[in-house]
Amino acid sequence: MQSSTGLRLVYRAYMVVFFLFLVAPLVAAGVFAFNDSLFPSLPWNGFTLDWFFSPVEPKLGLFHDERLLRGLENSLYIGVIVAALSVAAGTCNAFLFERRAFPLKGLAYILLIIPLVIPGVILGISILVLASMIANWIDLNFGLFITWLRPGIPLIVLGQFSFLTTITSLVIAARLQKFDMALEEAALNLGAGKLRVLATVTLPFLYPAMFSAFVVAFLVSFENFNTTLMLVGSDAPLTITMYDRMVKAGSTPVLNAVSVVLMLGSGLLALASVLVQREPKA
Amino acid sequence: MGRDAGKLSLTLLMTPFLLWIGLLIILPQIGIGYVSLREKVSYDEFHYGLKNYVDFISEPVYRNTLFRTAWMSIVVTALALVVGFPVAYYIAKIARQKSRAALFLMCLIPLWVSDLVRAYGWIVLLRETGVVSRTLVALGIIGQPVEMLYNDATVVMGLVYTVVLFMIVPLTSTLQGMDDALLEAGYNLGGSRLTVFRRIIVPYAMPGIVSGCIITFMLTAGSYLTPVLLGGKNSSWFTEQIYNQFITRYNWEAGATFGVTLLVFTSFVVWLGLKLTGQSLATTVAKD
Repeated sequence: MQSSTGLRLVYRAYMVVFFLFLVAPLVAAGVFAFNDSLFPSLPWNGFTLDWFFSPVEPKLGLFHDERLLRGLENSLYIGVIVAALSVAAGTCNAFLFERRAFPLKGLAYILLIIPLVIPGVILGISILVLASMIANWIDLNFGLFITWLRPGIPLIVLGQFSFLTTITSLVIAARLQKFDMALEEAALNLGAGKLRVLATVTLPFLYPAMFSAFVVAFLVSFENFNTTLMLVGSDAPLTITMYDRMVKAGSTPVLNAVSVVLMLGSGLLALASVLVQREPKA
Repeated sequence: MGRDAGKLSLTLLMTPFLLWIGLLIILPQIGIGYVSLREKVSYDEFHYGLKNYVDFISEPVYRNTLFRTAWMSIVVTALALVVGFPVAYYIAKIARQKSRAALFLMCLIPLWVSDLVRAYGWIVLLRETGVVSRTLVALGIIGQPVEMLYNDATVVMGLVYTVVLFMIVPLTSTLQGMDDALLEAGYNLGGSRLTVFRRIIVPYAMPGIVSGCIITFMLTAGSYLTPVLLGGKNSSWFTEQIYNQFITRYNWEAGATFGVTLLVFTSFVVWLGLKLTGQSLATTVAKD
């Protein structure tokens, strides 16, 4: 193309500045986990792993901090359950929308997408309101107190499930669309029953997509804040615990240590998902 | 194959979908709509009417928070487009084939990191005792530390940072489909760089621009962490009001009214954007 070298250099420089902008806060959040100081800031006092492993105050490390560890545990627990549920529902939805014809399918497809355009805060409060209304009604009429309809892990699971299912459905449906129907027909001709075909031909074809949908759902659940904030009870997941710490206690490098663990964890999972997606081509 | 079996399996596939959409999306929205219409008179006595909405409109603080959130979301969307377009164009058209995928993945890195960590990173960089301020003092550029948090410019910057990726992804995938011959034809016909950009590139990228803008706007208007953490107590962001009414003040009627207002407002903007550009929801949002 006819662009002068000068212009091209400026363009390159812009890209470099942009990528610096992208990584700057991540580097800042990461690096100061290793600074031997009580504050996540300059000056650099030397390298330490205390913010991960030190068992004593004032530099109580992440792996000895009861509340942060409990938050991590809750996040893992919620993430696995939500991811499993939303992959199961997403697989059903993929078959429903790719393979079946039914009345009002166009409208149903819009409903499938809609959870993505509702702000997370609103999903959170609306589920909180409905659950409380049902719980109050049951309490009033039957005198039963239903704990799982009150803020807590079950409601967080429902709240995150409500929009993650859209994502998993789209990911799995995209893969199902690429499926060659001739494979199923061949298996049927060879005498396999319908369920057998599903279990031995169609589902194995979907496994990579189901795996990445699971990883994406798990990560988004793990990082989710807006919806979770409205539904959280006494067992807070890690993002909420970390936010509380930031707002109430001010920031110490232990939060940087949490950031490092979060970045490493999601980086590895993202990598795993990319590798699994790529495998069938190679 | 039996028709009954087909019907049975359709019902089985339909059930999770209906339960999900019905119980977790539609009924809850009806629920907040219902709560927003009621007014608490005493412990278990309610009146129904539009009073909460009237209160909302007549209270300047609430009204202005909505306008402020809307205005800043528009600014953030526009800036994300301006910042993101050159990046998308570079990845799609200028970078060598080999480095394209790597550049694209690099753009996605922050996507995998929690909002909270990103906001925390900015706090570490920008606050009064933070890295940037200390460095500037050490270099003798400024006399004493400056607070760079808790102002609108920082909030806008932080929001652009959070959402710019959602602009770049649809733009890149649209621009990648553009045939280079179109550009060459434009230049051969004597078009200047600006004309080619305005008459060929922008119209071609329009679907990507629209979907990027819609997603960006929705995410910004509905965001919570970035404005609250980078803007501090005075950020007056609309989602923060919803949280305050619901959780801090336990005034669910007002909170639900705010929630419905935000939902109606963002849906209206999305609808308007789709109408003006002749796109549909399914093709813009569901693509990636």
